[in-house]
Amino acid sequence: MKRKSPYPYWFVFPAAVIFTTLFLVPSVASLWFSLTRWDLFTAEFIGLENFVQFFKEPFLVQGMTNTVIFAFVTSSLKTVLGLLLAVLLTSGIFAQGFLRILVFFPVLVSTIGVGITFTRLMHPTKGAINIALAQMGIDGPGWLTDPSLALFSVALVDVWKGVGLATLIYIAGLASIAPEYYEAARIDGATRLQQFWRVTVPLVRPATVTVITLSLIGGLRSFDIVWAMTKGGPGFSSDVLASVIYKQYQAGFYGLSTAGNVILFALVALIVIPLVSWMNRKEVDQ
Amino acid sequence: MTRRQFWTGIAALVVSLFVFVVPFVFILFMAAKDKKEAARLEFNWPTEWHLWANLVEVIEARNYMLLLAYFNSTVITVGAVSLLVILSAMVGYILQRRHSRWNAVIWAGVMAGLMVPPAVVPTIWVLQNLGLFKTLHGMILIQVAYGLSFAILLFRSFISTIPRDLDEAAIVDGAKPLQIFFRVILPLLKPATVTIIVVQSIAIFNDFTNPLYYLPGKENVTVQLTLFNFQSQFVSQLNLLFMNILLITIPPLIVYIFFNRQIVAGMTSGAVKG
Repeated sequence: MKRKSPYPYWFVFPAAVIFTTLFLVPSVASLWFSLTRWDLFTAEFIGLENFVQFFKEPFLVQGMTNTVIFAFVTSSLKTVLGLLLAVLLTSGIFAQGFLRILVFFPVLVSTIGVGITFTRLMHPTKGAINIALAQMGIDGPGWLTDPSLALFSVALVDVWKGVGLATLIYIAGLASIAPEYYEAARIDGATRLQQFWRVTVPLVRPATVTVITLSLIGGLRSFDIVWAMTKGGPGFSSDVLASVIYKQYQAGFYGLSTAGNVILFALVALIVIPLVSWMNRKEVDQ
Repeated sequence: MTRRQFWTGIAALVVSLFVFVVPFVFILFMAAKDKKEAARLEFNWPTEWHLWANLVEVIEARNYMLLLAYFNSTVITVGAVSLLVILSAMVGYILQRRHSRWNAVIWAGVMAGLMVPPAVVPTIWVLQNLGLFKTLHGMILIQVAYGLSFAILLFRSFISTIPRDLDEAAIVDGAKPLQIFFRVILPLLKPATVTIIVVQSIAIFNDFTNPLYYLPGKENVTVQLTLFNFQSQFVSQLNLLFMNILLITIPPLIVYIFFNRQIVAGMTSGAVKG
């Protein structure tokens, strides 16, 4: 007689039911509803019209390009600054522990709260940032009122809030590098800069992959920071896909909103999957 | 510590004072000012401290909306996190202990959960059909569904450090699967459990987007949404808006002070290959 496994599959069942009903079913259903004109009760099939609209309406197109720009700017800044901060905060400097706490704390704070705070700090005339700049003789820009700058200002605040997580991940990655590598490099006469480029950067690679993956996925999906700071404005200059989805939802264009969701998913899949598999392949090569 | 390390540290402190401390001090100052002074947006010491008066006014605003919001957010956070811990530990356990082609299916689900952005309007449609739209328990289940993947990954890697001999011993003693899991395995998962509780409760408490979509309605307000509601009402009362920010920043701060180590462990779990 076959003995019953002590690890029965029904253990997975409750989680699977919740996940399937509330995540998988809507995700699959979105493929259908994105092809319809939809008011939650009746869905009328209209083919690819929603997608056509997405690629024709200038402000919807801008939402897509902005999403990509936002994700790449925040992800690369978080990766670079995170690594530099992690190196600094593991080099045994004064007040290292306290500095780590400071850098990480914004990660845990409400995004909406951070957004509201920085909106006030970035006020073009009364904000503390421009007043401080004026005292140094610099004429501060309209951080959130200048259409060509708004998206980047929001990205900057997102980096301020998120760089602590990248730093933390890098600190863990640096801790796993055996000190013998650095000793050997020193004996060979490598300078600090050479040690950084030839030892730290290659060996901290798993952490880099994690940081890039997390920040790219997060960046492409960003909504609350944009919504709290600019609501996509001025005009549509800082709209991202997630805020477009919300606006279309509010306006009652459920089919169009869902098409935005499908495009967002396609964007995440097209950017993140090839990148991650490429980064992992290089890792195996070494 | 060398001289160089000391001075680098001092320089780093000065810079981070401006970059990371000033915004929080700004919140505190704004929350303590009166209406007129706050409207000037200046970064300076309040001429008079109105912390208490502002606190009372924020709490009383809109018929004690903030208290209701704290209640709702607490219910959602506690409910979702307890379910998450038990359900994801069970999945992580099976995923690590048993090997068959079903594992590939579970893995695919976990990866999809990490990557795919939730399809919002179809989710509302599902919730409505199930009668869960605009309900706290619907919101709890949504948070569970969205948090499962991360928690399963963490539990799976932690369970791989627990020797199978323990399960075998329990089996020999005649324990049933449920008994093995709840009596032997779950207690040993405590470090991972604490990490998940801390990380997920901060995430769920701070969540804005999901309640915005799935939990509309005045009686369902959560703490992050109060900020949003007050933002339009308090345009001329920034002191109160910032008092509200201060109030919702305090719980994560307290959690951070007590669970610093677990947060770090949880957030970095994916960094080093395990």
